Amino acid sequence: MKIDSIKIMGGFDKSGANEAVEEVIFKMGDIASIVGPTGCGKTTFINDIELFANGDTPSGRKLLINDLPVNADEAVSDRHDHPVALISQHTNFLSDLPVQDFLEIHGSVRQHQNIPSVVEETLEFANKLTGEPLIRESPMTELSGGQTRALLIADAVIIGNAPIILLDEIENAGIHRTRALQLLKQYEKIFIFVTHDPRIALLSDFRIVMENGGMTKIIVGDEDEKAVAKEISKLDDVLLHFRTRIRSGEQLTSHELVAHLKSLGYLT
Amino acid sequence: MKLVICAGPATTGKTSVLRHVVRRLLKKGSSPSYLKIDVLYADEQAIMEREFAIPSKTVYSGELCPDHCNVMVLGDALEWAENQKSDLLLVETAGLCLRCSPYVEGSLGFVVLEATSGMNLPRKIGPMLTLADMAVVTKIDLVSQAEREVFRARIKESAREIRVVETDALYGTGIDPLIKTISEAKEIVFPLYLRGNPPVGTCTICVGKKEIGWKQHFGVVRPLEGEIFYRGE
Repeated sequence: MKIDSIKIMGGFDKSGANEAVEEVIFKMGDIASIVGPTGCGKTTFINDIELFANGDTPSGRKLLINDLPVNADEAVSDRHDHPVALISQHTNFLSDLPVQDFLEIHGSVRQHQNIPSVVEETLEFANKLTGEPLIRESPMTELSGGQTRALLIADAVIIGNAPIILLDEIENAGIHRTRALQLLKQYEKIFIFVTHDPRIALLSDFRIVMENGGMTKIIVGDEDEKAVAKEISKLDDVLLHFRTRIRSGEQLTSHELVAHLKSLGYLT
Repeated sequence: MKLVICAGPATTGKTSVLRHVVRRLLKKGSSPSYLKIDVLYADEQAIMEREFAIPSKTVYSGELCPDHCNVMVLGDALEWAENQKSDLLLVETAGLCLRCSPYVEGSLGFVVLEATSGMNLPRKIGPMLTLADMAVVTKIDLVSQAEREVFRARIKESAREIRVVETDALYGTGIDPLIKTISEAKEIVFPLYLRGNPPVGTCTICVGKKEIGWKQHFGVVRPLEGEIFYRGE
């Protein structure tokens, strides 16, 4: 099945009222974010996508692929080329196979023709996302949190090659967020982030705001917000810099902070 | 009367799956009875009675192998369920030695496996998987998409015709295809037969002769090196 777009038809929020957003369309190549406070229904929203909701989930939402309803029974029951990959907060690798061996097995399950080359591409992609390069001989269970997240994403994009990739709060896991978004943009896929991270939310093409189980609005960044996003990226870099310094056991100084803020033009 | 048999290794989430099944069946107007067969300990009957107030029963197989016990008691259990005015008997049973399977011809059998149990599990559990109509994979929210796909492929490799349902049994997401299959299951017709062949009986052990070494036993025996053979009159 070739997917050009998916459309979600709104259902009900937790109080049973119709969702304010009647429909939302994701086109191939879109990067979208879902934002809202904890418990507002963000994870339920992406579960609806994964399950090809057809009015049969608690939210009553309906999913259309290329504007047509989906037979969830057929789509979900043939998992071998399931079009949706979900990477969540508690997703983990449990296999203690070496990274390379596991990727080869997954490559063969996905029936790739040239397995060594997709494995290489996956490892290369993962290494661009994480600060600590993966060792291909190391067991998957020994990967750090950041390496695991990086490999999960790389594997879903390249070996899994799923056209729709859902990422549930992956920002806390030590991956390069800006680089991740830049890299992901090169692949013609739909990426949907559930996120509390301003950087990911602002780098997305649009974001869906949720409250009390329902979609309340869709925000597309305008010129003014894009300018704000640039500044937020800079401030975030400052924070990242200090985080790195703290992690490497150093003490911070006000002199250093002032120097940073000056270089950004915030202090004169 | 319909018969649905649910098997699977311990702690894979059979009861969690069945709770979602019972909740949805009741909503559809069905009236199931529930039978739990276990070896030493089971508290599921209390859960089913408290949560759904459906007729429930526990059988401890004790000295008997649970699959053996299943064969012995199932006839009576179907009669019991009939007397409870049920239209469906749900049997939850432990799978133990992996040489048998509890499924019965003309009924629906499904196995519950957890995605967290390792990618090789589907290759190891024999007829409990290969003779089932459906495999329900639980705890999918805890493993990577990649391992999920490999797990699924390994199930299909062991049991080509099986239908696979993946679920997060805490919330019951993805469980609807199972409910649909149960609803569409055929009424059972007596006499009922086990679907699979039981393993060859090495009977002197089964009847309680505990001494170690094949030379101490009669009937079908096997040494470490070599094939099984018959020893005795």
